[in-house]
Amino acid sequence: MGRYIAGRSAQSLVSLVVLVVLVFFMARLTGSPAELYLPPSATAEQVAQFNALHGFDDPTHLQFARFLAGLLRFDLGESLQYARPALDVVLGAFHTTLSLAAVAMPVILVLSVVTGSLAAWRPGGIFDRIASLISLISASTPNFWIAIVGVLVFAVFLRWLPTSGTGTPAHWVLPVLVLALRPTGVLTQVVRTSMLEALSSAYVKTARAKGVKRSTIIFVHALRNALLPVITVASDQVAGILNGAVIVEVVFGFPGIGKLMIDSVMLRDFAVIQAAVLVIALAIFTLNIIVDIAYALIDPRIRHS
Amino acid sequence: MPSLTRASGIAEMPRPPGSGSDRPAHRLAGLRALLATLRHDRFALVSLIFLVCVLVLSLIGPTWLSDEARAMNLRARNAPPFSLDDGWLFVLGADALGRSLLARIIVASQNTIVIAAFAVLLSLLAGSVLGLIAGFRDGWAGALLLRFADAVMSFPTMLLAVIFLYVVEPGIQNVILVLAISRLPIYIRTVRAQVLEIKQRLFVQAAIATGAGTGRILFHHITPMILPTVLNLAALEMAFVMLVESGLSFLGIGIQSPEITWGLMVADGRNYLGSAWWLSFWPGLAIMLVALSLNLLANWLRVAVDPAERWRLETGAGEE
Repeated sequence: MGRYIAGRSAQSLVSLVVLVVLVFFMARLTGSPAELYLPPSATAEQVAQFNALHGFDDPTHLQFARFLAGLLRFDLGESLQYARPALDVVLGAFHTTLSLAAVAMPVILVLSVVTGSLAAWRPGGIFDRIASLISLISASTPNFWIAIVGVLVFAVFLRWLPTSGTGTPAHWVLPVLVLALRPTGVLTQVVRTSMLEALSSAYVKTARAKGVKRSTIIFVHALRNALLPVITVASDQVAGILNGAVIVEVVFGFPGIGKLMIDSVMLRDFAVIQAAVLVIALAIFTLNIIVDIAYALIDPRIRHS
Repeated sequence: MPSLTRASGIAEMPRPPGSGSDRPAHRLAGLRALLATLRHDRFALVSLIFLVCVLVLSLIGPTWLSDEARAMNLRARNAPPFSLDDGWLFVLGADALGRSLLARIIVASQNTIVIAAFAVLLSLLAGSVLGLIAGFRDGWAGALLLRFADAVMSFPTMLLAVIFLYVVEPGIQNVILVLAISRLPIYIRTVRAQVLEIKQRLFVQAAIATGAGTGRILFHHITPMILPTVLNLAALEMAFVMLVESGLSFLGIGIQSPEITWGLMVADGRNYLGSAWWLSFWPGLAIMLVALSLNLLANWLRVAVDPAERWRLETGAGEE
């Protein structure tokens, strides 16, 4: 078990290093920051001074070495657009995205596990067909569009909710619902399929024959066995949200990490791009380890192998 | 094709329906049986018909309606939908410059469909070939391919697209390219997993024992077995890629005006949200309907080629 997790961690660590290196060099392909941060009238001297100040005049491999050296001291450089340490900027934005994910995930899990399980009880039945159609619709809806429609209906016409911002709990309702929509649809399908398999096994038939209550069979007997694929897909969805719920953040004006990354690419704020990718990659790395441990807790075969 | 008949003599292989038997007549019968199951899945049937219509419109749309999509009609600025006063083209209303929304949606369908279709096709072909190699050759090549897939997968799609399209010009070809690259890993992984499993089956082992070449085993024995899974995946991916592409256009990173896509139309309409909701609503609805049809079709395909669930379609048990 310990070795299994160690092996998985080593693999993820390799991907992480590759990712950080790629981002460092790809970011520098986007052009020189001096063009953006100095007025067009800036003299060659001013440009040279700007580059010297931020270390952009060194050869790229030297800049990379400095980046690695800074990494060891948890110093990821200074943000050009905010004139603050890049790590502070990124952690602030990441906190927002993480909060969004933390609120959205329970909504997604509860909705999809309950709906998917009940749909699998009688495949082809009326509940199954309605649930399947709704989950497919929610998986097919462009989230920027449903965000706009949501704003239109609940903020513009009905005036129940604010259009954007982060102040009160009411500000969170639309973003969380929009964010939850597609993952809920996808996950409901996975729960249904996985539950279908669990419900056709012998121990469930025995339980049914003994006259055990439906809810007990589904949520006590079968669910545990149906959970493994669900956890895999759910963790993918969390990773997706951590990678930046960009569209939700843009439409609702949430200062999250997805929006920060896109803005930083546009503004050639290399330090922030690097710090953001590193923070997200570490978060997903942690997520994967948690998922591996969850597997082992649920499935004794993994625990003892 | 004489070589094909010999292959069938080697082993009784459990072929999925649709990929058919070796003789063309059997292959047709398999296809017909597959299509017959469509009758019992009305959602899938409607989806198929709808997708064919969209495909036809996207092919003829730009030549047929490009003038109408560009013609400004100042009298019809932000004209509301469901009115036939300005002709049938204005049934969905008009945009801020008085251009017919219906005509623009039909013209924009070409870019939207072409990008999604080619991105999926590209990643499907490249990913399947790489997946076949990774699965069949276990050694370092397979391991290397998997690590590559991991690296691409851990790269956020949006960030990859933003950096890539910021460096190169965000034209149609480059959008296709970056979408194809970012979706490559899922094909590599799926195909590899299938190959690893099928490789152990008796008919493949028999083919290896009789001295069949690698190419022959891969393309005559293994490919037909994994085709339904890959096609099913491709249909789902097409829907997903379409959503990602519209998202990119919406954020202003993807296709740039004067080209139009559905995502771009939704973004443009956002400025008139309070006064003219239809500008954003219809193109978004178009994206949703096409994505939904693709998902429904993929669902049907998955059930239709799965022996465990297929009886439900054949007997119409799902109709209740």
